[in-house]
Amino acid sequence: MTGSEILELGGSTARVSTPLLFAALGGWVSERSGVINIALEGLMLVGAFAAASCAHVTGSPWMGALGGMMAGAALAGVYAFTVIPLRANQVVAGTAINMLAAGITPLLGAYLFDSTSGTPSLPASARFHSAPIWIGVAVVGLGWVWTRYTRTGLWVRFAGENPEALDAAGVRVARVRWVAVLVSGALAGMGGSSLSIFLASSFSRDMTAGRGFMALAALIFGKWKPVPAALACLLFGFFDALQIRLQGLSFGNGLPIPVQFIQVLPYAVTILVLAGFVGKSSAPKALGM
Amino acid sequence: MKKNSLESFAPFAVEMKGIRKAFGGCVASRDIHLQVKAGSIHAIVGENGAGKSTAMKMLYGMLKPDAGEIWIRGEKRRWRSPQDAIRAGIGMVHQHFMLAGPYSVLENIILGDEPRLALGWIDRKAAREKLEALSARYKLTLPWDQEVAALGVGMQQRIEIIKLLYRNASILILDEPTAVLTPQETAELFVQLRRLRDEGKTVLLITHKLKEVLELSDEVTVFRGGEVVGHRLTQNTNADDLATLMVGRKVNLRAEVPPPPQLGEAVLQVPELGFEVRAGEIVGIAGVEGNGQSELLAGLPRGFAGFIPEDRHREGLLLDRPVSESFVLGHQRRKPYGHRFCGIWMLDRAAIETEYARAAEEYDIRPRSPQVNARDLSGGNQQKVIFAREMGLRGGKAPELLVAAQPTRGVDVGAIELIHARMIQVRNEGTGVLLVSSELEEVMALSDRILVIYGGKIVARFARGEADEHKIGFYMGGGVA
Repeated sequence: MTGSEILELGGSTARVSTPLLFAALGGWVSERSGVINIALEGLMLVGAFAAASCAHVTGSPWMGALGGMMAGAALAGVYAFTVIPLRANQVVAGTAINMLAAGITPLLGAYLFDSTSGTPSLPASARFHSAPIWIGVAVVGLGWVWTRYTRTGLWVRFAGENPEALDAAGVRVARVRWVAVLVSGALAGMGGSSLSIFLASSFSRDMTAGRGFMALAALIFGKWKPVPAALACLLFGFFDALQIRLQGLSFGNGLPIPVQFIQVLPYAVTILVLAGFVGKSSAPKALGM
Repeated sequence: MKKNSLESFAPFAVEMKGIRKAFGGCVASRDIHLQVKAGSIHAIVGENGAGKSTAMKMLYGMLKPDAGEIWIRGEKRRWRSPQDAIRAGIGMVHQHFMLAGPYSVLENIILGDEPRLALGWIDRKAAREKLEALSARYKLTLPWDQEVAALGVGMQQRIEIIKLLYRNASILILDEPTAVLTPQETAELFVQLRRLRDEGKTVLLITHKLKEVLELSDEVTVFRGGEVVGHRLTQNTNADDLATLMVGRKVNLRAEVPPPPQLGEAVLQVPELGFEVRAGEIVGIAGVEGNGQSELLAGLPRGFAGFIPEDRHREGLLLDRPVSESFVLGHQRRKPYGHRFCGIWMLDRAAIETEYARAAEEYDIRPRSPQVNARDLSGGNQQKVIFAREMGLRGGKAPELLVAAQPTRGVDVGAIELIHARMIQVRNEGTGVLLVSSELEEVMALSDRILVIYGGKIVARFARGEADEHKIGFYMGGGVA
């Protein structure tokens, strides 16, 4: 591999890691507060759809990202409502949110753009070129500082670790979790936005393709800490970038390797990493309760 | 809120007047009257379910009374939540500590009341200064930056106490604070509580250990069946008096334990720990919980031995089934509980219920009905069911070996009396008994030999009467001679 190829692979890794990074941070905020967030996938998906739609209408990627974040937060609000006041099972409710997102995006697409398969293609001026990468890095740093040094950050940590203690200290646990889940939705929505208006130039149906779950895996692999989780996103992103580069490769005898085998690479790495390297007991103690 | 300024004497720190609380149809507190002098240590004693925790929860704003009044320092108050009580200077150390293990001592203390700079930034320097000042004043030092999980129980409790002081509490409620402490830690806690009292704080101590009441408190209020049944100045009372009030009848606190008649052969050998239990003796394992007792119990042979499990809800009972089923649990394939029919073992409900009725009579299990679910029995009665099952019914003969783990945990005094008497009785009949208990008093009262377990090893051995609790406590805390 030449130097420029390595550089290119590095740049490509940074780009494809960005959606994962936002979603993993979203998952991190939610799970630190004690709410499992399996809905990341669906939150990303509506974020991707809303971002592409808003960017299409306004012509501005920033308005697109704003729309994506708001859509993510809105759907996260539905999720929060089912699991916080109504105390629904978080895994089941999260799965339902994912199904809802998978269904509602083509429905809205049909309604708005007369197409169930995606949104109209965006001109370069309505897309991001590198901003999400830098925003992502900044958000990791901010998140780290926030939980360590501010009182609301402290509350989020306690909400996931010992909600009774937080309650006894006079802070309403439900309110902390609500905010955490909404922020989580906005971040996952931003992750979706960076898929549809940064990596791609439109929304296409089910375009998240499991990235929400991969972000969750990165969060777990990173032991629910922002910086290690971000590094795990980079790892998964690297294999995704590698996968893209390896497409078209052939076996020794000239027969092309089926592209599906290559595309499976990042997912296989996710499974291996989760199965092989994750110790237990680093999860927030009150997670899912 | 009117002030009764006409009164010339200092108002009570806490006064509860005619407090009543019912859950559904069940009255947990009826007509509670309680007066606590400012700057005193006031013990609240009573058996499990006597309503002392319910009363304290109302005082702390966790529960709302249905009727009655709460007065704090001469002012009538009404709480909407614990927050109101905290603002009025009331603090509570719960039995289960309200701490988050992975976070620092400092973070755990300041939670919810963080000194802050702009943007919600926590002012750690200010927090630390305030804590240093408190710790100097009350002589309570702690490693502020340590993570809580790395500290022992005694230290964690100290965090809880400082938490209250940090919030300027002047009335401190402690719920069974010594349950998890070694005798040394308990002694240290008492020193701290006396110091707090001398600094003008009012301490309310919920406990069922009469010895501690007599040692520490200035006054005592006794609860029974949701009511206050007595109030005493500690100097004017004694353990027998308090126990009689608590139970409502005369209780024999010190079971007379005659020397073992004759030691038989070893019925249990545990070479890994280097001890054996012989027929006709009670061997007590003393130790703070978590020092290998559970592992010891898990490794013992079942089958031939009677076994009183540590956690009766999980290991001893079918909570949501009729209690008669719990009563035959593990012995159900035995006559007369059933018979073989075409090669299949069929349970005989009528026979089971008849046997249960007999046992319920013998052990005074209330209610007597075999049909109530095990969950609906009190802790003491649940334990009696397990005892009846494990002790009696192998052809009417007591088992060769009885393993009793925490046999009186969460059990009322009346049942404790019965259970202790039964253990001594079977010992006299030639059963070897292994008693594992974190209640040192219980171990000392019953055991013919005492082994102290610490860090998974037996670190000391004593014969009956050979060591006092300070000596045993020294080894329980990991002390090396």
